[in-house]
Amino acid sequence: MNNADELMTSHRQSVLRWQRWQDFFFEKTTLVFAMSTLVALTGIIVSLFVSSLPVLETFGLKFFYTVEWDIINSQFGGLIAIFGTVVTATIAIVIALPLSFGIAVFLTETCPMSLRRPLGTAIELLAAVPSIIYGMFGLFIFAPLFAEYVQPSLAATVGQLPVIGILFTGAFNGIGILAAGLILAMMILPFIASVMRDVFEIVPPILKESAYGIGCTTWEVVTKIVLPYTKTGVVGGVMLGLGRALGETMAVTFVIGNAHKLSPSLFSPGNSIASTLANEFGEAEPGLHYSSLFALALALFVITLVVLSLAKWMLLRAEAKKGLKT
Amino acid sequence: MSNKDPSIYARRKRTNFFGMVLSMTAMAVGLSFLLWILSILLIKGFSALDLAMFTQSTPAPGSEDGGLANAIVGSLMIVVSCSLISTPIGVLAGVYLSEFGDRSRLASVTRFVNDIMLSAPSIVIGLFVYAMVVVPFKHFSGWAGTVALTLIAIPVVVRTTENMLKLVPVSLREAAFALGAPKWKVSTSVVLKAARSGVMTGLLLALARVSGETAPLLFTALNNQFFNMDMSKPMANLPVVIFQFAMSPYENWVNLAWGGALLITLTVLTLNIIARVVFREKVAA
Repeated sequence: MNNADELMTSHRQSVLRWQRWQDFFFEKTTLVFAMSTLVALTGIIVSLFVSSLPVLETFGLKFFYTVEWDIINSQFGGLIAIFGTVVTATIAIVIALPLSFGIAVFLTETCPMSLRRPLGTAIELLAAVPSIIYGMFGLFIFAPLFAEYVQPSLAATVGQLPVIGILFTGAFNGIGILAAGLILAMMILPFIASVMRDVFEIVPPILKESAYGIGCTTWEVVTKIVLPYTKTGVVGGVMLGLGRALGETMAVTFVIGNAHKLSPSLFSPGNSIASTLANEFGEAEPGLHYSSLFALALALFVITLVVLSLAKWMLLRAEAKKGLKT
Repeated sequence: MSNKDPSIYARRKRTNFFGMVLSMTAMAVGLSFLLWILSILLIKGFSALDLAMFTQSTPAPGSEDGGLANAIVGSLMIVVSCSLISTPIGVLAGVYLSEFGDRSRLASVTRFVNDIMLSAPSIVIGLFVYAMVVVPFKHFSGWAGTVALTLIAIPVVVRTTENMLKLVPVSLREAAFALGAPKWKVSTSVVLKAARSGVMTGLLLALARVSGETAPLLFTALNNQFFNMDMSKPMANLPVVIFQFAMSPYENWVNLAWGGALLITLTVLTLNIIARVVFREKVAA
């Protein structure tokens, strides 16, 4: 009897030990896989930096603020591409921000309940359309219409104003910085709208109901209750859209015009970092040209990293609010 | 007394009216973009669609006929091998974050980095894989394209897997622990099984995401004018073919590009809708 008990305990102990080993092994295996994204991120930064070393050694930081891009004479400066990236993304945000705010307000406040899900899904599907489709659409459909109708009327109206008028002058090509910004706006619109809708839904119903109860209009509820409550989340969503817009390749490459020059006019063709990479990397010979493209990629990666980290941080703060009961 | 001034009510009503009209306009603009893009795609795409598109390889410059067979097969092979690789990695990483990474600092850093990689510029990932895979092997290959897409797919799978596993009630885990099951068994046969359709949603979304990616394939899989099933060689794939053909001066190339664009968009949207249906069924059940 005693003997059998001892046998049982020792058996149980060995099973337990074995299970503990299995658990240990399982945890470490999943840990290794979880580390993969971390490794990838570090790998990307290190490899981009190593590959761009030659150009950074030759030109130093000057690379990031000079405009020469002369492949034959090996003179490289990334300012035009960086400028194009920043300007197109800014145009995109300026246009997409009010529109996506409107969409989020509509989806959370005014839309009839039965339509909320289908309309929300439609907006999310717009976000799923591959970016190359936006590019083709921009080049073949949008740009001709833009050149024929929108650019002349812009030039005739805002183009006549002092100071900002210069932004809207030049040939009506259709393609150019402004067109790229508009296509980008169409592309990031659904991203921002769906993040905004999600953060708007965090607002405790009781807050909104109290406001409605004392006689606020929908607009007042949105601007005085919902927006102040969700401002970090909203800014986070916008930054997320900005991050997408900065790094977008295909939608921009089709319509930006791919010209390496700096012009005050938004109608003129330009280049962004991503479009420069897409167009030139295939033909780049190993050497300074190749290395300068890596330096541009490094610049793009660092810029988006900063923007996306800020976005993520703000969204996390907004989410933390969810737990607070008022 | 000024509180009762009726003009204040009129003004508030007016502001509200304007605000609501603006928000409805925004919604209408958003929806008309979707309809506009889809209708153009359907019109241009269907007029380019024919049997030859699925049976013939991409045409040489100047030749009249030709199809997308090599690109369709190439895309399928690259995307399928991408999901075969990214699924185990992504799911297990998600299991770690949800089951083991509750309070660990490492897990929160990983979560943060993962969410950033979710929106990292895909062309930069293409360049990274070029430097890591194409340069050492000295030629472009289908495998390099697969690696690039895998790097893009993993964050999507990790994110949804973690979210879905977190939805599984703690009591279910506790019940399994009470029966004496070790943690790995609870994670794999109870939690993962309970969240099966949610994880499936993530896999489908990742598939949809990589099916349309062009930028990371430009310098990795490159393109191939001929039919090729050897993944260690440059491989034709739909997105890159669409890009090159759409930018080309030949009319039949541009037509093929529209046909390919239609195929890709339909695939991506279908995958998205299936993912939604799968997820909704799970929530209903």
